Amino acid sequence: MIPARFDYRRAGSTDEAVGLLTEHGDDAKLLAGGHSLLPLMKLRLAAPAVLIDIGRLSDLSYIREEGDAVVVGALTRHRDIEVSDVLGRHVPLLAHVAGQIGDPQVRHRGTIGGSLAHGDPASDLPAACLALGASITAVGPTGSRTIAADDFFTGFLETALRPDEVLTEVTLPKATGAGWSFQKFNRRAQDWAIVGVAAVRNGTAGVALVNMGSTPLRARAVEEALASGAGDAEAADHAADGLEPPEDLNASAEYRRHLARVLVRRALQEARPST
Amino acid sequence: MNITVTVNGETATHDVEPRLLLVHYLRDVVGLTGTNVGCDTSSCGACTVHVGGESVKSCTMLAVQADGADITTIEGLAQGDVLHPMQRAFRENHGLQCGFCTPGMVMAAVSLLEEHPHPTEAEVREGLEGNLCRCTGYHNIVKAVLAAADAGDSGAAATGSPGVAGRVPASAGAPS
Ligand SMILES: Cc1cc2nc3c(=O)[nH]c(=O)nc-3n(C[C@H](O)[C@H](O)[C@H](O)COP(=O)(O)OP(=O)(O)OC[C@H]3O[C@@H](n4cnc5c(N)ncnc54)[C@H](O)[C@@H]3O)c2cc1C
Ligand code: FES
Ligand code: FES
Repeated sequence: MIPARFDYRRAGSTDEAVGLLTEHGDDAKLLAGGHSLLPLMKLRLAAPAVLIDIGRLSDLSYIREEGDAVVVGALTRHRDIEVSDVLGRHVPLLAHVAGQIGDPQVRHRGTIGGSLAHGDPASDLPAACLALGASITAVGPTGSRTIAADDFFTGFLETALRPDEVLTEVTLPKATGAGWSFQKFNRRAQDWAIVGVAAVRNGTAGVALVNMGSTPLRARAVEEALASGAGDAEAADHAADGLEPPEDLNASAEYRRHLARVLVRRALQEARPST
Repeated sequence: MNITVTVNGETATHDVEPRLLLVHYLRDVVGLTGTNVGCDTSSCGACTVHVGGESVKSCTMLAVQADGADITTIEGLAQGDVLHPMQRAFRENHGLQCGFCTPGMVMAAVSLLEEHPHPTEAEVREGLEGNLCRCTGYHNIVKAVLAAADAGDSGAAATGSPGVAGRVPASAGAPS
């Protein structure tokens, strides 16, 4: 399977990438690790006329502490997140989740920016970013802006990014010492989650779900139940409240709702602070 | 577009179409057909090669993305007639049957040991998650990788420098 013809442009800087996006508009797509986009292009489900390769913007590949947060550049690969000491210490949920993505080959290429910008409800890092209360920085022709993860995922494979914006950075509040859990349920090695749950307990609880709707989403009903004093099991019973999970070969919607309740209960128990 | 890559130590420049996949570049342009195409959908790992010393699925990368990179394919592991310790371990442990998955398995396994010189059995199974085998049931593949890790204690897995993954003296892991 071979992608349709496209014009290949290599961006030497973020500004150049923004310039190329502005010039080519809807005809253009950014290429980061290519591990969501290239499979779609090979299937001809995507056929951008212009491909703007940002894969060489090494200045967008970094993980560093900034006060109460850890900032991660958009081009940071899953593998680098998985083995990062800084994240291991201050945001261990993110490092763990990155290590659960696909397989080693995928983690050697895929990037956090690509994963968030793709906005796939079945992907893992978006749920972790929601549970952690992350924010996302994007640069466009008029400068940069910050978008809360909560406002970022707007529809199926759609995000708040404008067509001429490049996602540059993800900011994660430190959750040093917080309880956390990631529950990924699948039936085959290497696979995407049938349902997944990311949870952080740091005074309040952040709980987010993988593959339970058309976007990565927060389990608001669970968070609210916990905030009003419900126990873990009682709160977990609300995991699927108001959600319309997808049906596919792997699972019916009802089975996904069941999994969400069970996995949220396990996640809350595992993330319970040990003190 | 012109790209320059180093494949198994030899530098080559070719004019390629941007949509050419790395696996087709290696097989059809460079002429190294050891790397197989199994699923063509990023799942089976038969097309695994090393780019900059790390395993990647070459069916899911454009040749233009590899411009400037150091690439190792299965043909680059042995030194002349002397097999790489991982290749020898696969042979000695009957880690293959039809052999179709083997080039990708071996490349994934060498990359795994670079990152993880002393894996447990469970870590080997997880580390080879991206590679499917329809014949062996994996048991002897896992055995082979563990054997190579043991042999590697005398040097095979300890090179670590990007770009030379697996290109260690094939004698380094020889059982004494
Ligand atoms: C076999 C396989 C298994 C996988 N399993 C999992 C899994 O279990 N869990 C999981 O979460 N993911 C999984 N993935 C997806 C993987 O994590 C992807 O790498 C990731 O989703 C996309 O990152 P990328 O850098 O490859 O993005 P690309 O494919 O390069 O880009 C994806 C999209 O984002 C846009 N984009 C990329 N970077 C930016 C940016 N900086 N700013 C604005 N837009 C941008 C692109 O234009 C494109 O539309 C799997 C992929 C494969 C091939
Ligand atoms: S051919 Fe590349 S993963 Fe199967
Ligand atoms: S030996 Fe036949 S597919 Fe693995």
